Amino acid sequence: MSESTTTVEAPRRRLLLERVPWRAIILIGLSAVLLLGIVLGTAATLQEGRFTGANWSRLIVGGVTRGSVYAIIAVGYTLVYGILFLINFAHGEVFMAGAFSTLFVARALDDAGTLNSSPILSIGILFASSMVISMVVAIVLERVAYRPLRGSPRLILLITAIGASLFLQNSFRGFFGASSTAYPRIEILAGEMSILGVAIARKQLIVIVGALVLMVALYLFIERTKTGRAMRAVGEDKEIAALMGIDVDRVIVTTFAIGGLLAGAAGILFVFVFNQVNYFMGFVPGIKAFTAAVLGGIGNVLGAGIGGIALGVLESVGPRLILTGADVPSPDQLQPVVAFGVLVLVLLFRPGGILGAEEEKRA
Amino acid sequence: MQKRLGFLAVVSAFALLAAACAEDGDGGPTDGDVAECPDTEIGCIEVGADEAIRIGSILTISGDTASLGLDSQHGIELALDYRDGTFDGTPGQVADHDVEFQHEDGGCTAEGGTAAGTLLASDPTIAGVIGTSCSSEALGAADAILNDEGVILISPSNTSPALTDPATRQPFYYRTAHNDKIQGAAAAQFAAEELGATSAATIHDGSPYADGLQQVFCDVFTSQFGGECTTQEAIQVGDTDFAPLLTSIAADSPEVLFFPIFLPEGGLITAQARENADLDDTALIGADGLLTPDFIDSAGADNAEGVYMSGPSLEFSGDFYEGEFLPAYEEQFGEEPTAVFHAHSFDAANMLFDAIEAVAVDDGNGGLLIPKTQLRDALGSTSGFEGITGSLSCDENGDCQQTATMAMNIIEDGDFNPIFEATLDLAETG
Repeated sequence: MSESTTTVEAPRRRLLLERVPWRAIILIGLSAVLLLGIVLGTAATLQEGRFTGANWSRLIVGGVTRGSVYAIIAVGYTLVYGILFLINFAHGEVFMAGAFSTLFVARALDDAGTLNSSPILSIGILFASSMVISMVVAIVLERVAYRPLRGSPRLILLITAIGASLFLQNSFRGFFGASSTAYPRIEILAGEMSILGVAIARKQLIVIVGALVLMVALYLFIERTKTGRAMRAVGEDKEIAALMGIDVDRVIVTTFAIGGLLAGAAGILFVFVFNQVNYFMGFVPGIKAFTAAVLGGIGNVLGAGIGGIALGVLESVGPRLILTGADVPSPDQLQPVVAFGVLVLVLLFRPGGILGAEEEKRA
Repeated sequence: MQKRLGFLAVVSAFALLAAACAEDGDGGPTDGDVAECPDTEIGCIEVGADEAIRIGSILTISGDTASLGLDSQHGIELALDYRDGTFDGTPGQVADHDVEFQHEDGGCTAEGGTAAGTLLASDPTIAGVIGTSCSSEALGAADAILNDEGVILISPSNTSPALTDPATRQPFYYRTAHNDKIQGAAAAQFAAEELGATSAATIHDGSPYADGLQQVFCDVFTSQFGGECTTQEAIQVGDTDFAPLLTSIAADSPEVLFFPIFLPEGGLITAQARENADLDDTALIGADGLLTPDFIDSAGADNAEGVYMSGPSLEFSGDFYEGEFLPAYEEQFGEEPTAVFHAHSFDAANMLFDAIEAVAVDDGNGGLLIPKTQLRDALGSTSGFEGITGSLSCDENGDCQQTATMAMNIIEDGDFNPIFEATLDLAETG
């Protein structure tokens, strides 16, 4: 052993300063190019004047509508992630299960004539049915697929989630076939109206208001009730919460149940707008909702809501706004490019998402 | 460890021995052929004395487009039934041999066509394949794979011009469906002359069928009728929200919207177009990919009312179709035809059977040798074949429908009612 002098190392320099030379330059350069492209394209489109104000407002309303559906599904993802640090890939299928199963309820109501003679009651029944079915699927999922693996490496849980997703998809496909089926027509949803000079379809209004109501209800639940407090506690620190006397298992089941309820509601709202169900319908909205949750800050409920709306509007307005000016044909085919491009931009500057923490919570 | 290796070695040895001693190819005498295969270029399909001739099919028989493929499949089975002269439910024979079908699912995608094509091409007993349903399954996929093995692919419903374009066609590919050069021209004629439209917008889904058809439509609409194609948009199969797209199209106020795509996108676009007030004055025209009752279910009966749909005319001359074929179809399959290409698949199957009978040679043991090159030549030289769909003559590009009658239907009360017809020659469309 050489001399036993102790050296005090200089305090570790902050992450950002370390990254300045190479990566920061490239990242900032890339972001600048993306931003420039967006600005130029937008300017060109607006200058071209091909779309009127009415067109834009229609696009924006459409975007908020689909964004609302994403938001509700995203909340399910974000709640589960906040507590278990698990990305519940099967959540899209929870959404699909509720919407698909309720098809038969809707058909029964339609055959009995109630669907259009007592529309409010029928819609209430549809919501209840879809929410309950999705809740049950979510709870069963937690019990069968995730609880036995609690404490396993996160990769295992991820694979289980994907497996559960495939299982649910193909079960529905096996039972009900691979083709898309339309819901029976609900008269009360038809029609357009004008609010503050903006044209909006009745069904779009129902979706947006419905989503808002659900989000507010959820917020109140989490902030004001005892169970909500327990959920927040478990989300912050599972072990300490258990030491404080909170039944962690029960809280987790409650979280999945709430996520399921919301997904079921989202399913009916989705059906209101698109009218068709299909065994595969949960996959893409699931991925987009997850993206929305990340965009808004995963683990943050308000963030999921904001992320959802933002993603919806981006997808609806973005391609037309940015790419029409650049004379790109069929810009809608590049919808995912625009949406994910903006996601990348946001994450470059705020890795935690819009409302997320600057640094990741400890794993 | 050594014990396990040893065991493995013994098992492998047995496996190799078994493989070596197995007959090569399914059925058919290997040594002791009295006759030799007349095709020295590619080879023969061998059918044993008591074996059935095996015919494959690649059709889209599952998913949202299942009605299209199943309908064609029924046509093929009826063709075999009628081989003995009557529709009695008992299959007939070809060249005194039974026929066995191997139906594969193409899924209306290039991946499905590739998978099914590879499966059938690797089976040396397949004498020919009837398919595909969608042009996307064939173009560059099934047609190339089967062509490399010298297996005929004859399609009842591929209509994309690219499949018989001299630059891209495969020599072993034929079709009894019309070439979309005819359908696009007929649709343009309808839009310009019957609807009096001067502006049109189109939507395709990137598939060779849809893109080809809307391109022909626009070319003819602009060059021959002086109209204007305001915009030619594209969507992705699997998209569900077309509101932004329709808003953008509506901004140009086209008088016609032509969307020659498939379900479920066609149904969704129809439903969403009806909800867009700016498109109230725009006529919606679909094409033969949507010519199925499933479209009305998908779009919703109210939304589908008044939608125009182009497709081959089913007004076949002669009583055979109405008097014998349709009743047999309904009796054997329990429903009316769900698409329009069952007649074309009936004709395709019969043309293939006739060609096999023409070139098959006796192998001396009661079996058959079907020479591949001669089979293709026999099929390719078909001329004046009297099928349900008319008089079929195959040209050097593989198109066997030289003159086709296109119909434009309108959906009224949940039914497709033909309101317009145009008979065009393929040669004229250029």
